Amino acid sequence: MHNVLGDRRAVIILLGPALAVYTLVMLVPVLWSLGLTFFEGNALFGFDAVGFENFTTLWNDPRILDSLWFTVRYAVVITIGQVLLGYLLALLYVFALRKASSLIRTLVFFPIVLPTVAVGLLFQQLFAIAPQNGLVNELLNLVGIASVDWLGSADTAFWVLAAMDIWRSMGFYAVLLYAGLVEIPDDIIAAARLDGATGWQMVWRIVVPLSMPVLLAALIFSINGTLKVFDSIVALTNGGPGDATTPLTLYMFRTSFSYGEYGYGSTIALLLTVLSLGVTLLIFRSSRRDVSGTDR
Amino acid sequence: MTTRFLRRLPLRVAIAVLLVVEIYPLVWLLLGSFKTQNEFLSEPSWALPSQLNFGNYIEAWTQGNLAIYVRNSLLAVVPSLALIIALGVAAAFALEVLVWKGRQTVLLLFLAGIMVPWQMILLPLFTTYFELGLAGTLWPLIITYTATGLPLTVFMMATYFRSVPHEVFEAATLDGAGMLRAFWSVGFPMVRNAVFTVALVQFFFIWNDLLIALTFTISDDLRTVQAGLLSFTGEFGQTAYGPLFAAICTNVIGTLLLYLFLNQRVMKGLTAGSVKG
Repeated sequence: MHNVLGDRRAVIILLGPALAVYTLVMLVPVLWSLGLTFFEGNALFGFDAVGFENFTTLWNDPRILDSLWFTVRYAVVITIGQVLLGYLLALLYVFALRKASSLIRTLVFFPIVLPTVAVGLLFQQLFAIAPQNGLVNELLNLVGIASVDWLGSADTAFWVLAAMDIWRSMGFYAVLLYAGLVEIPDDIIAAARLDGATGWQMVWRIVVPLSMPVLLAALIFSINGTLKVFDSIVALTNGGPGDATTPLTLYMFRTSFSYGEYGYGSTIALLLTVLSLGVTLLIFRSSRRDVSGTDR
Repeated sequence: MTTRFLRRLPLRVAIAVLLVVEIYPLVWLLLGSFKTQNEFLSEPSWALPSQLNFGNYIEAWTQGNLAIYVRNSLLAVVPSLALIIALGVAAAFALEVLVWKGRQTVLLLFLAGIMVPWQMILLPLFTTYFELGLAGTLWPLIITYTATGLPLTVFMMATYFRSVPHEVFEAATLDGAGMLRAFWSVGFPMVRNAVFTVALVQFFFIWNDLLIALTFTISDDLRTVQAGLLSFTGEFGQTAYGPLFAAICTNVIGTLLLYLFLNQRVMKGLTAGSVKG
């Protein structure tokens, strides 16, 4: 029977085009980019081989340390924020709203479909101070607090950024985690209730352990996405004030396209790739140990 | 009755606050798009506009070049989507339904593409497009979107094909149809719904993309909506609020309408594609 499904000609015709495009536009460039790390120069003026110089530059570049630190801080804060709030919302949907949660779920989900650039510009206006106060400062003034220059200092800019990205994505994570929570069998919850488990105790002892797989998946997706953040930062702060909110992605983009240093740009891109693959593997491996631990 | 109401009160208040926080910024944005410059400068920003003034939209579309940006976005999105679906669904069928040596490896190769940051491919691609003389066209966008959309499409479609019993395809070929016919007349129609969902997901990713658009659109008349909107504030100067709000609204309205009509499908699709992070 397998002979029918083993038609070689069909494999080539169906898979060939996709594999060709994927190889030429993604796989080859990835290898090429690895090669570029040993060169300096750009498309306009040509390239020179420089050996490991880009890597020593990377090691000694204080701006790398700054943007790496920002990237990690951003990824950790946003991941905790969106997964935690998403989980709380999912608990709300499953245990408090139950069947009535569909409308709320749909409404809270929707910011994730909006273009990030539009959301970034919207938040710029919401948190504006000059030439006109935005909505947030107006509300502060209303209760007698002076206007704050939200995007003008590194700390507040970071928190506006965090607020915006958590606003965008918590509904998305809520739906993702909700799908895991509704799969917990009702009789387990009922049995725990009979045993006297209530409220947070129930959540902490019963619900959280049972939804661990989907929670870990959410964590991996989230950290993987936030380490690569680009759109929201370019639209909201453009890396500023100064370089205070510049992640690796934006530093790589500027190095490459504003300063025309393709070799160094590729080296930063490699650092980013290693970072995101490393973190994913790390969470994945620790989660496997976790899961097998609870199995026993 | 009243005790039950009081007991549920904190919950109701929490939900009301949640909805206001999620919805009001957009209402604020929409109302702002109808206001005149004077209203922006002299009244609090929560005030309602005095009239439905579409002048801001006209200004954004003509003087703000928004019409060109929207055209470019459509010209880039539509062909990319068609290519992603055509190539990706066929590839997923070949990888999941057909049986041959090495298919597991090729599938993994595609999956690796989901994890790799796009920063790893931008520079070689930029150089290549430049050498090929494509830099002044929309082709770099179409080619790049097609390739970057493939991994997730193959991954999602392979999952859907996995849920179709393979006997169906074997039976189809017993009737004398070749494997290609079986794909076209049995396989594709069976996952038509899934294809639509995947197309919807890819539409959101491509329409909302900034990184690729910013890298490959080197002149103003090539910019997509996202790349164009970034420089929008610059063209008018910081203070032309009305046209800016109207432009943001225009950008938001397309995805918002899609979501309004297809929200359950969008939610399912986007969460299924969440591996992309």
